[in-house]
Amino acid sequence: MDVRHPLDRYLRTDRLPHIWCPGCGIGIAVSSLLRAIDRRVAEGLFTHDEVAAVSGIGCTARATFYLNFDSAHVIHGRAIPFAIGLKLVRPNLKVIVIGGDGDIAAIGGNHLLHAARRNVDLTVVMVNNMIYGMTGGQVAPTTPPNVYTTTTPSGNYEYAINIVKLLSALNVNYLARASVTHPHILERYLYTALGKEGLAFVEVISPCPEVFGRHIGYRDPVELFKKFKSMIKYEERPSLDKSDITLNLDKEVVIGEFVNSSRESFIKIIDRLGR
Amino acid sequence: MTATSGPGFSLMVEGLSLAIMTETPLVIAYVMRAGPSTGIATKSGQYDVMQVRWAAHGNYEIVAYAPWSVQELYDLTIKSFNVSEALRVPVILLSDAALAHIWERVVIADPGEVIIINRKKPKVSKELYRPFEPEEDLVPPMACFGEGYKVLVESLTHDEKGYYKPSNEVQRKLVWRLVNKVRKNKDMLFDSASYFTEDAEYVVVAYGSTARSAYALVKDLRSSGIKIGLYRPKLLWPVDEEGLIKATYTAKKVFVVENNIGVYVNEVSRILKHREVISIPVIDIEVPTPDAIFEVMREWM
Ligand SMILES: Cc1ncc(C[n+]2csc(CCOP(=O)(O)OP(=O)(O)O)c2C)c(N)n1
Repeated sequence: MDVRHPLDRYLRTDRLPHIWCPGCGIGIAVSSLLRAIDRRVAEGLFTHDEVAAVSGIGCTARATFYLNFDSAHVIHGRAIPFAIGLKLVRPNLKVIVIGGDGDIAAIGGNHLLHAARRNVDLTVVMVNNMIYGMTGGQVAPTTPPNVYTTTTPSGNYEYAINIVKLLSALNVNYLARASVTHPHILERYLYTALGKEGLAFVEVISPCPEVFGRHIGYRDPVELFKKFKSMIKYEERPSLDKSDITLNLDKEVVIGEFVNSSRESFIKIIDRLGR
Repeated sequence: MTATSGPGFSLMVEGLSLAIMTETPLVIAYVMRAGPSTGIATKSGQYDVMQVRWAAHGNYEIVAYAPWSVQELYDLTIKSFNVSEALRVPVILLSDAALAHIWERVVIADPGEVIIINRKKPKVSKELYRPFEPEEDLVPPMACFGEGYKVLVESLTHDEKGYYKPSNEVQRKLVWRLVNKVRKNKDMLFDSASYFTEDAEYVVVAYGSTARSAYALVKDLRSSGIKIGLYRPKLLWPVDEEGLIKATYTAKKVFVVENNIGVYVNEVSRILKHREVISIPVIDIEVPTPDAIFEVMREWM
């Protein structure tokens, strides 16, 4: 009997199994995204053929290996500019960018800034595992202070970027933080993001036991998952003051919807002013 | 299409590499300026002839044209688009600051008179389509996003489906196809002009804005009885080796005149191994004058 999962149609199943390590959160992020897409397709907001996925380089970026949409796996940090080009040429498409914190916030940080400033009609999913996963655990701009990584053997000297605070200062229409430890909330935010015009950004806190967990003394996937889960605090409309991530056991990582607005989007502005 | 000069092109190189790998049709109008680095903005030179050939990492063939007039900028722009669409390669239209500032009369063709080549579209069903499966000309038909083909654009070494395959077999096949799709279709690329070369004892090779002065000099020398001619490649990359050999067939000496330290001359020497090839590098932030060129050339004649 040919047993197929209902979401298989969105996957290039001939490429499975995937490369993600046991205990990695990216799979939960991707499956939540697919469920959210499926609900939007069922509603008729867009069709399967009208979805395009773009990613750069990294473990998270490998998602486009498996997504059965028109997709592009491009160069490190440049998923957003590729996606903007695509959206400008094919405004009818639902363009989704998925990538790691390094891909989107480090090498791709400047593109993110200007996409947000322009309120470009993209759904950007940034899986934040606080480390460069694919290359073996180098410090990322999202790595909390003091943490040991392969490039910070004495501990991280730097403050971490708070992407929520950063983007809140720009013109994004939707800004939420979710966590793979709470997949139902994650799916709801992705679903909402997919319904927005303008830039919709979802940060997804995700455990990487293989490299990040090892660095902070949580090599066991279950232990790391539990630690993340215990730190997460859900608030419906959290204030920005609560958005810093420190990873102190006594401090919380707040998830919630930080921005939900309806500013005129980039494509709408272009339509209004004329090409 | 995009347009830039050296500083911008240097930044765009990673994207150029991506375009080569993903076989994305692309035309870059590259207006060379004096470098390195910020050099002299709005001033000219031909320093970047080798950069456009080798800027991207990896091995590949790339196409570059060097116009010498405003009319040719127009004509070669059309050609660049046609080539990039037909072969799915980036094409560089290598201009320079001198040409960019010139005002000249141009004949603009009626839309109906212009030959336009567009990328090949898939001929198979959406289910059977494989985005990197080439046809006999080694170029794969190109489906676009939103047409239902579930295209996968892949920057990693990929098979015909676009799937990453880190193996010798797939790497060799892909790299050689990217190279050979240009080499095997080179007849559609060729473009050059020869002046007074049939009986020439000396042949000047020059391209782009510098060729304008070289042409003036050659005409002057001809009228004083010196058997000299000019070969002007419009296609710089890949090199039209036969064209160069033919145009210099009767020459005792070949002079390569460039507004740089002498870079394309290495290609010419490589191809004309048994011929005396002399580099005439004349750096000028405008266009080298015929006199300045002759001053350097004279001692060899
Ligand atoms: C220009 C460039 N620099 C560096 C690399 C090497 N590299 C590959 S993935 C990666 C970091 C990935 O980290 P992140 O985006 O956080 O994704 P993750 O693997 O953690 O999901 C780096 C630096 C590259 N491919 N290209």
